Order: sequence, then C-alpha cells, then structure tokens
Amino acid sequence: MKRRVGIYIHIPFCRKKCNYCDFLSFPLEETKPEETQSKTKKSAYLKALCEEIRQSHSRLKDCVADTVFIGGGTPSLLSGEEIEELFDELRSCIPLSEDAELSMEMNPGTARPDRLAAYRRAGINRVSVGLQSACDKELELLGRIHTFAQFEQTYAMLRESGFSNLNVDIMSALPFQSMETYAETLERVAALKPEHISAYSLIVEPGTPFYDRFAEGEGQNALPDEETDRRMYAYTTEYLKERGYHRYEISNYARDGFACRHNLKYWQMEEYIGFGLGSASYFGGKRYKNTEDFGTYLSAQGRDEKREETALAREEEMEEFMFLGLRTMRGVPKKAFYDRFGVQMCEVYGSVIDKYVQSGLLVSDSCLRLTDAGIDVSNTVMADFLLSVSV
Amino acid sequence: MSGIDQSKIRNFCIVAHIDHGKSTLADRIIEKTGLLTSREMQDQVLDNMELERERGITIKAQTVRTVYTARDGQEYIFNLIDTPGHVDFNYEVSRALAACDGAILVVDAAQGIEAQTLANVYLALDHDLDVFPVINKIDLPSAEPQRVKDEIEDVIGIEAQDAPLISAKNGIGIEDVLEKIVEKIPAPTGDASAPLKALIFDSVYDAYKGVIIFCRLMEGTVQKGTPILMMATGATAEVVEVGYFGAGQFIPCEELSAGMVGYITASIKNVKDTAVGDTVTNAKNPCSEPLPGYKKVNSMVYCGLYPSDGAKYPDLRDALEKLKLNDAALNYEPETSIALGFGFRCGFLGLLHLEIIQERLEREYNLDLVTTAPGVVYRVYKTNGEMIELTNPSNLPDPAEIDYMEEPIVSAEIMVTKDYIGSIMELCQERRGVYIGMDYMEETRALLRYELPLNEIIYDFFDALKSRSKGYASFDYEIKGYEHSELVKLDILVNREEVDALSFIVHKDSAYERGRRMCERLKEEIPRHLFEIPIQAAVGGKIIARETVKAMRKDVLAKCYGGDITRKKKLLEKQKEGKKRMRMIGNVEIPQKAFMSVLKLDEK
Repeated sequence: MKRRVGIYIHIPFCRKKCNYCDFLSFPLEETKPEETQSKTKKSAYLKALCEEIRQSHSRLKDCVADTVFIGGGTPSLLSGEEIEELFDELRSCIPLSEDAELSMEMNPGTARPDRLAAYRRAGINRVSVGLQSACDKELELLGRIHTFAQFEQTYAMLRESGFSNLNVDIMSALPFQSMETYAETLERVAALKPEHISAYSLIVEPGTPFYDRFAEGEGQNALPDEETDRRMYAYTTEYLKERGYHRYEISNYARDGFACRHNLKYWQMEEYIGFGLGSASYFGGKRYKNTEDFGTYLSAQGRDEKREETALAREEEMEEFMFLGLRTMRGVPKKAFYDRFGVQMCEVYGSVIDKYVQSGLLVSDSCLRLTDAGIDVSNTVMADFLLSVSV
Repeated sequence: MSGIDQSKIRNFCIVAHIDHGKSTLADRIIEKTGLLTSREMQDQVLDNMELERERGITIKAQTVRTVYTARDGQEYIFNLIDTPGHVDFNYEVSRALAACDGAILVVDAAQGIEAQTLANVYLALDHDLDVFPVINKIDLPSAEPQRVKDEIEDVIGIEAQDAPLISAKNGIGIEDVLEKIVEKIPAPTGDASAPLKALIFDSVYDAYKGVIIFCRLMEGTVQKGTPILMMATGATAEVVEVGYFGAGQFIPCEELSAGMVGYITASIKNVKDTAVGDTVTNAKNPCSEPLPGYKKVNSMVYCGLYPSDGAKYPDLRDALEKLKLNDAALNYEPETSIALGFGFRCGFLGLLHLEIIQERLEREYNLDLVTTAPGVVYRVYKTNGEMIELTNPSNLPDPAEIDYMEEPIVSAEIMVTKDYIGSIMELCQERRGVYIGMDYMEETRALLRYELPLNEIIYDFFDALKSRSKGYASFDYEIKGYEHSELVKLDILVNREEVDALSFIVHKDSAYERGRRMCERLKEEIPRHLFEIPIQAAVGGKIIARETVKAMRKDVLAKCYGGDITRKKKLLEKQKEGKKRMRMIGNVEIPQKAFMSVLKLDEK
C-alpha cells in the first residue's frame, strides 16, 4: 500500500495585504518598479514552484496524495491555466488518490466565472472562501477588498459552477464588533448552508497595522473584552450546532462528512509535504521549512539547500502529538498514542492529565480532550504538555 | 626601611562631597609623584574594584604610598589614605581619618559646600586633623572660586584664601597641592621605641596570605616574627610580612615604625579577628591601653537574599562566606521562607552596602537572586520583660506578647537651595521627620536638620530628595538611637494565603497607604491565572486594602496555518518557560520580580 500524504502549496500573493494579516504574503501590485509586470513575478514564482515539485519526485515515489490544499495569500489570483499547469505538474510527480480532497482558498474580490470552470477542470473540489464578516464596515476596517454583496455573488457563482464542498471563513473579536454584528455574520453565513465554517477569534499579531492600532493603550478598548469574546465563541458553537454543524476542532465546524481532511492531517500528525515559499512539511519523522525570502526561493529553483530540516526527537513528537491532537474535539486517542510511541499516555503525562481533569479543563476516557472551559484557555493547558521545557 | 625620618612622612586623606573630584585628585597626585607614568595610569587607580569604577564611588578605603621630591629638594613619603564617600561607611571613614595627620578638603568650584562636605570635614576636625582646602573644577564655566573660598571660611571657619585652584581632571594646579601637602600636613610624631601601638583602618582577605591588615603605626615598630595581639578581639598571631602600599600592589619591607602607614600579614584566617578600629600591639610587650574610638560595627539594614534557583543555595552560601572574608560589616544567617525556600537573612551597613553586595553576588558569583524588602533592626519589648532585636518581620511575636516597640532614628542634615526648602520639608514630614532646626549657609542655601526614622529613608529617600530638589539637595545622616514607635506588621495575602516574604514592619499611620500601593503593584506583577486572585493587605488579621487579578478567560492559539507547527510551538514553549521564573504560593505563580517590586513603590 502506498504511503498517503497531504500536499500544501503556498501562493504568497494577494491583491492587498489585510490589516490583521501576518501570514507570509505580499501584494502583487506593490512590486518594485522594474518588475511592474506582476505577471513576471508571478510566473517566475510558479516556475520555481513547479521546479520544486518536480525535484521532489524521487522523494515521493512511493506516496499517494489524498489531500491537496492551495493556500495563501490569495491563490484565486492564479488564472485557470496556471492552476491547471500546477496540477499537471503535481500529478506527474505524485499520484492523487481517486477520492482526494483538493482544496483552494479564494478571496471573494478576485473570483471570475471563467476561472472557476478551469479550477474545476484542474480537479479542485473544495473551495474555502475568506469572508471574515457580513458587515461591510467591519470588512473595510479589516482591509478586505470586497463587500458582503460581492461575497454573495462569488458564493452563488461557486455553487453554479458545481462546487459542492464550500468553506466560509469568519472572524469574531474584531475591533468595534458587537455581539449583534457578529451574530448577524453568523446568521447570514449559516443561511447560505456552506458545508464547512471556520470561525476564528481574532488575534492581534505583532507587525500588522492592527497591532499598531489596537494592541496597546487606548486602541485596546476597541476590542471586545474577553467575556464578550468568549460569549461569541460559545454562541458560535451553539448556533451552528442547531443548524447541523458540529465543532470538530477549536475553530472549525462542519456538516457530517465535511470536516477538512487536509487540516486534520496537521492535527493528527500525519504526513504532509509543503511546496512554495515558507511552506512547512512533516515527513519521515522530520519537519521541514522552506525559506521565507522570496529572492532566495526563486534562485534556489527547488533545490534542497533552502530548506530547514529538523528531526523530531521522540519527546518532541510526543508533545506535538498531544498539543495538536488536543485541538480536535475528538481529542487524542490513547490507543493511537500507545501505537505510535509504545508507551501509555498516562505514564508520560499522568500528573498533567490529573491536574487538568481535576480542574475541569480536560476529560479523559478512551481519548484525552479539552472541555469547553479547557478550550478557552487551551494554550495554558497545551503548554504543560511540552516535555522539553521543565519547570 | 627603618631609619626613615618621621619629618619626611605625610599621612593624609582627601575629603569631599561625592562627585567633587576626590578620586580624580588622588589619581593626579599618584601620577605627579612619578610612581607611575601617565601611560601606566588607568583611570582612578585607587578604585580597583570593577563595581567601584562603574559607580564612580569608593567602597573600601584604599591606600597608596608615593615619593615626592619637593621644591626644597627633599624627598617626602606621602601615604594617601583614600576614604569611602558614602554615609553607609561612616565608621570606616572615621577610622581612616584616625590614621591620618591631615586632610585635603576638595570643594567643587561651582557647587560649593554640600552636606557631605560638612559632615566629612567636621569628622576630620573631630580627629584633630589639619585640613587645607583646594578648589576643584575651576575650569568649569560656572566656577566661582572666590565665592567658594568665602563660603569655606564662613561656614567651616578654616583659612581658604590661599587654597590651590585646580582642575584635577585636566591636571591644573596639582604641583601647588603637592607643595601644600608638604607645608600644611604635619609630620607624624610618636615614639618608635615605645611598645607597638597600631591602628587597623582596613583589612582585606587574600587567598594566599590570609588577612592583610592595613594599619597606621602610632608608636613602636613591627617586623617579621613580631607576636601581635589585636586588643579588642583578643586574636593573636605572628607576623609573616610587613610592607607598604604601591599603586595596586603590596611591597614588602623590613620593618614598619611609628608614623608609618603599611600592612601586616600574619596568616590570619578571618577578617573578623582584625576589626577596623582595633589596636595591634606586641603580644609580649603590649602597650598600656588601646587607641580610642573602636566600635563594633552593627548591621543597620536587613533583608532576605534567596537564590532564584533553589538548587543554587549552596553556591549562595559559599559566595557569602567569601564576601564576608573581606567585609566584616556583612552579616548573614540562614533562614527559610515559605514563599522563597532556603536563603539568608543578611545584615548591611545601609542600602548602598546592600546593593553592592547584591550586585557582587550577581556579577562575580553569577547568582540570580530574589531580594525581600529591606528593613531595619527593631527592638521589640515583650510583656515578659524580654527584648528581642527583630531583623525579619516574620519573627514578630504575637501582638498580645508585645509591650511596645522601638525603631532606630537618625539625625539627618540636608543642604538645599532656598527654592526647595518647602518641598524638602514636606518630604521630611511625610517620612515622619521631626524638625530640629535650620541654618542659612549663605543667602541662597540652608542646612536643614531633621530626625528621621531609619526605616523611612532606607528605600528611596535619597531618590525622592533628588527629584524634589531637581538634584540640588544633598544629604547626610548618622544614627542617633532608638525611640518608641507605633509599629505594625503589614501582611500581604495572595489568594488568601499569607506570603511571608512580602511582610514588612511599618508605622501604623503609613500602613494603609503602603498596603494599598503594595496591592496595586502586585496586581500589575502577578499574571492572570485560570482563576481570580484576590491580593490583600492586612494588619493584625484585618484587611486594609484589596485588589483583584481577574481570571484569564481567553488563551487560545490562532490557527496553525499551512501546517507550520514550529512557530506555534515556540509560543507555547515561551509560555511554559515563563513559569520557570515563578514562585508557587499555594496554587498561585508569583514572578520573582514581584518580590523586588515592593522596593520601588514610589516609582511611577
């Protein structure tokens, strides 16, 4: 049987950087003068990307990909042709399983009907649409390039084009957001009946315009307080549950059978290969990370030297297996832990587990998982599962 | 080296207010007398501890012998005894002065006389030293040498019109100073054939030689083989080596005789045996009575020192042992705190001394320390007639057993320009000061005299004084004695558990204010937990102030984007690392710096 892996492909371009975004992405329009042709930059990148995929052929020769995720940035800035070429390259490097989940992210401001058909042809069968809010004022504040109406058009277009597995990203805890505006976003999104909803609570990250504006001092007051934030979170779970969505990860909700298989690989510590600028891989017990420097990435042309490689020690693998698995609502199956490490979970983590079971943050049966109270403070709990840091 | 003509010896020191240029002048004297060439001179040869150089102050008295060929063609031996400048080391200053026959008074040409100038010059005059002034920093644009000369004559009452005008920094007028030393400082007297009588003015511990005694011979002689007796401590030993002080080195010689300044080694293992101020005599042929002025030095300020890492306790003990070898004024004994584990209650001369020891432990011994709030020594009179000297607030007896308590009081002199008299008086009132009097030094400056409780000045009085006078006030004090006081123990409860390391003794009228500020400060320092944490201040079980650290409601990781686990893991690692610097009190983690934050209640 072939080794099943997930594939992640990073497209670092967007039309305009959002105010809260600290992902590895940059606007195509703002390239240097001598590179005004954004096409040039994009095609140079795609060339290097395809080269990287090609060179991993031997490494992946016994593998089959059962998930592919094209993320960004804004992958929907790629033309239908470009996506098709990318998939051709991928398929010639690694077979895709028949039932593979092939996802891509899409910004509502960039969707075009002609492209959608091409994406379908390339094999894309799941689209994740970054909406964030149904309130135009909030969209503007976030620095999004679209309105809610544009999102609705995109959504309709996707359905018309035959996409039957759609995700919508929304955000809570936005500056100036109230429980009412958030509830409205949730309501309007649920009314469209996407198969999957990702609902993130905003984290104001350093190095973003939001950080300068809202991280400290007066600006902080614009953010909903923690109580409101947690109420939004609890409301999300409850509201979506009534409408047939179950929470399967801290921030992810799906109708039956539509959990994102690709993301589950991260949380269950299965193998995946990342291609593209700054992308990460977990393969053969090692983590890899590509360079985040655009120029370096282009000049490396897919060669290995641009990649950081870290072999995980057994302890590191254990702690990652725990804190990643705890993100899922199923939790970490004790049997899976034993099968993987040959030791009982309680032998390694007995005291931590007892401590948090007692304080009501964890539940321990055949699996170990966070309670609702535990989810709210999951960092605190997860940090205690790190073995490399002794206190 | 016997047979040195006493009339060619000059034993002197330099007294000055801090920053008026004492150490710089000392450097110039050493340089000009040719013992070292300019190239060999490091800045401030005398301050040879790294810490001293960094802080620009002299901690331990140091001494150096140089040879000067005067204009009269004769060679003179200068023994320059450097004195510590800080009030904490007042006793050391007084013993160093006792070893001298005269003193140079350095006064800043711009700033004129300051509180320490007065304190030190009076101390010198008390020891019957002949004092002559020099006016330093005359090259400053703001220099007013004539005004300063007049001020010296008016205020101190010593002749100043012929005072050398110098710039020690730029080497101006140093020759004049050297000639004045020959002319104004009296040569020592004393009978070399009398029984040995030598004053210990300092001592250091050397790993090879044992204790090195710094002394001034008043009478008699001492050489290798002389059996010696320390008259106050009763310690005896046989002299192994005598010698004098080169710049930064010890130069052995045959014999020291009356009038000379030098050192003695005798394989003595403990600095305690060679107390500063004690008299060394010949054990076989002792002098009839010791030199006057010996005092046992008592620690005035106490605090707890704990290693951040409990496992470093033995290292801290070894380090304190080593420091103690060179510092008889440092006291320590083991203590245990529920909050901080094993550590030491340490006694110091004052807050500066405390800070210096703490810094040396951290730098030279690479220890990470937690310091508890410093306190003074209180006298607790119990109803059963017993009196205990309280150095650790946790040891305060049950209030029912206490009859009354006393606290140490200092006599303080504050020199301040006219504009700030009001605000300084206000500060002294706030610190429970009792106004004693005020004298105008000249039209624009006054000397304020107050009696203040020592516990009100050990934290931050000096800083407050500086900030409220825009740096123009100077301050000096000496211990006056103990007085009756209404004192209470302020306890801090974190999540309803008393934290012993945060308790302190305070006057009952200040308890509420201090308690409130403690709670506020701790609220900032203690991170949020999964539960709400009340922080309370209590006196005798009664809560007088409260703050609350709200429970943490949200601590969620953003999504692990594109499978990049490492970055998120680093966040978790950082979070867990943070706990290393925490102390567990019950189920609350308190950052170590919270214990120190109580020292800085006045900072905003």
